[in-house]
Amino acid sequence: MSGFLAQYGSEIGELTVEHLWLTGAAMLFATGIAVPAGIWLTRSPRWANPVIGVANVLQTIPSLAMFGFLLPLPWLGERAARIAIVALTAYALLPILRNTYAGIRGIDPAVIEVARALGLTGRQRLFKVELPLAASFILAGLRTATVTCVGIATIAAAVGAGGLGELIFRGVASVDNRLVLAGAVPAALLALAADGVLGLAERWFRVPA
Amino acid sequence: MVVAVQFCDVSYSAEGRRLLDGVSLALEERTVTVILGRSGAGKTTLLRTVNRMIEPTAGEVRVRGRSVADSDVIALRRSMGYVIQETGLFPHFTVERNAALVLEAEGRPRTEREARSLELLSMVGLEPEEFRRRYPHQLSGGQRQRVGLARALAAEPDILLMDEPFGALDPLTRAEMQDMLRELLEQLRMTVLLVTHDLNEALMLGDRIVLMHDGRVAADLARDEFERSEQADVAAYRRAFRREMRSDGEGRE
Repeated sequence: MSGFLAQYGSEIGELTVEHLWLTGAAMLFATGIAVPAGIWLTRSPRWANPVIGVANVLQTIPSLAMFGFLLPLPWLGERAARIAIVALTAYALLPILRNTYAGIRGIDPAVIEVARALGLTGRQRLFKVELPLAASFILAGLRTATVTCVGIATIAAAVGAGGLGELIFRGVASVDNRLVLAGAVPAALLALAADGVLGLAERWFRVPA
Repeated sequence: MVVAVQFCDVSYSAEGRRLLDGVSLALEERTVTVILGRSGAGKTTLLRTVNRMIEPTAGEVRVRGRSVADSDVIALRRSMGYVIQETGLFPHFTVERNAALVLEAEGRPRTEREARSLELLSMVGLEPEEFRRRYPHQLSGGQRQRVGLARALAAEPDILLMDEPFGALDPLTRAEMQDMLRELLEQLRMTVLLVTHDLNEALMLGDRIVLMHDGRVAADLARDEFERSEQADVAAYRRAFRREMRSDGEGRE
């Protein structure tokens, strides 16, 4: 065991950082797209079903197929990490988008009515009332998306994007369970850590009724 | 008579239903006008046209002589207090922050907001030091409604809009709140438009009572006249209300 760690320890560390980078970048992009889109849908609810439907369809594409579809695209196909980040972003959109929309729409209508009637501007309503009251919902979406993406990011190694999946693929190819575990265990720990931290944040922002 | 709010032939229709039908009224400055009527009579709809929560489909509402349609909607709303039955307190803010939210929206400094908030809590009968740090879920229904009233008074508005403010409270708390509001209104001398279906509340708080029926004004009388009026709609409302009170009382016994 110690010999294995001595041989692969630094590689596991590097690939873990790479895995974190792929997932973190995708989550940043997904949050940057899905939260404003979710807010926009609360203002134009007739678009909610079609837009959430598209995000739903993206979610149903098998991950290996998604990486494959993106591979021949110009610019994107030049760097494997780009493909991985775009694919992971697409998978992360739905939970964040749906929870942002549902979180804001679920706020007590009396609270929104009073916020309008007291003369809060649209921006004040959003930042002082809607986003704080929907925050735990939005974080729950972010949590689901992050855990999903940490798992899916292991498949990004299939297109050469790196990350902990690389150890898993090498282990499968050489029938070496130690290598499979060297990729799978840190990936699982990353998912658990993300789940725990975001779960705490979600509880912190929960507003008592 | 100085007119604070004027409804000029105001109509409003939604989803094929006519909710207001040519309402004309003038509210005298520094008086309490109660809009009375059964559910669906158009009382709340009429009140909501004053601060443009609803835009009339015909007619005009004027505040201080100026059409509300020509006023900046944010400034208009900030110039009026608004209290509703459900209170609509912000559950993530303390009582202190809830009470001074309009001042926060106006960008007033924190020290001014805190001082005003303490003053407001005292005005509505809440001990500031005991309540300022609490959250709405830590308050009783009556205490929440007091905070709602404090919030409505924060920016010292000259017009106060109240929509069934005590409708969700038990009879004892309701009576306490009515006493408190009457004292407060005597002290502040604001123009108040209060919607209720409770005749006793209307007679206790209103200088003038407007009875609405099917989106129209059925009667518009001073309080004393309303109590004695033999006008068919007024007499029918009084009878129905008292019958309901009696059956409520018998039910409780």
